[in-house]
Amino acid sequence: MSTRDVTDATFESDVLKSEKTIMVDFWAPWCGPCRAVSPILDQIATENSDKIDIVKINVDDNPETAMKYQITSIPAMKVFKGGEVVKTVIGAKPKPALEADLAEFLA
Amino acid sequence: MRQVIIIGSGPAGYTAAIYAARANLAPLVIASSVEFGGELMKTTEVENFPGFPEGVMGPDLMTKMQQQAERFGAEIVYDDVTALELDGPVRAVTLGNGDRHEAHAVIYATGSAYRKLGLPDEDRLSGYGVSWCATCDGAFFRQKTVAVVGGGDSAMEEATFLTRFADKVYLIHRSETFRASAAMLDRAKADPKIEFVTNAAVQHIYGGELVTGVGIVDTETGDERTLDVSGVFIAIGADPRTHLVHGALELTEQGTIAVEGRSSRTSVAGVFAAGDVVDPTYKQAITAAGSGCAAALDAQHYLEGLGDNVRQTAEPVSA
Repeated sequence: MSTRDVTDATFESDVLKSEKTIMVDFWAPWCGPCRAVSPILDQIATENSDKIDIVKINVDDNPETAMKYQITSIPAMKVFKGGEVVKTVIGAKPKPALEADLAEFLA
Repeated sequence: MRQVIIIGSGPAGYTAAIYAARANLAPLVIASSVEFGGELMKTTEVENFPGFPEGVMGPDLMTKMQQQAERFGAEIVYDDVTALELDGPVRAVTLGNGDRHEAHAVIYATGSAYRKLGLPDEDRLSGYGVSWCATCDGAFFRQKTVAVVGGGDSAMEEATFLTRFADKVYLIHRSETFRASAAMLDRAKADPKIEFVTNAAVQHIYGGELVTGVGIVDTETGDERTLDVSGVFIAIGADPRTHLVHGALELTEQGTIAVEGRSSRTSVAGVFAAGDVVDPTYKQAITAAGSGCAAALDAQHYLEGLGDNVRQTAEPVSA
């Protein structure tokens, strides 16, 4: 499965209540590094669909969630387990570096 | 084996690709996995690139250059170079995915990397208020107070851009003189939201989870004080990205790759360099593009000198 979009309205049901480990990519269309990392997240999502869901939230359209999680830099990728943030990765990184950051969730 | 591999995808890399492709050299461009398009991907309006009287968005300009290179047969790979072998007639480039590509000539156009302040909490708070990209992160500082550190064009651009969101922007600079162009300095100085703090060096970045302030010292009196800010945007210049060629190519005293005169020829025949990685002075998109053009022409000349057997082994241009 590739990535899909979540919103302020669906964040609780899609992310906080997810039974599976889920990573949220906070992004915006005007952010060059976000656009750069997006296809890499699609690949990681597809290759690890049995272990982790990856979703994207547009911070322009969904300011409430971005504010709640005190986002000050994007792309910001937060891994949620049982409704809690268990890992934050900030900034666009090459695929091997992202996989290393997320190793414990991809194993 | 390829004729030429171009490493880098900023204005220098893509211009080299356009010229090399049009010369039927079927270049392979290693564009980087997440920094393709180079520094202009992190800018907004570019107002000084000739041919765009109304200005052009940095990422749009880079997409156009990419498309122009592809139109003439350049092949672009979005990955990072992990190892380079430049000596000998066959140059080899190894990528993050493990692929290895070989070529007769290499054009090295990797640009430069943002300089850090070198303060203890800078890395820890990076992404939590410390930023190198106002266009990426500025919108998260609506109605806040932020600081920009630096005295060049990029510092002025960031400060002016941040006034769209922030209530107040401190422009902190070590001296009273600025490298910034008059146009950009005047615009920043005329902005009522920007307060210039000159002769000031940043000593501390404060904050637990998020940035809360910066500690500065007056470089003349030694007086220390704290500015309460939620964001610190660092724009103190960049260093040429040469780590892949240390020991392989000669560098200048400024740390850029040494080239012969106005050419792009490095200390190794068949290896050419262009853009910010050779330029300690101008560092403009248009000067980078110009040197990328020179590198492609130099590489073309070099390949012609190798003789006809090189041409016959060239891979066909992919459709």
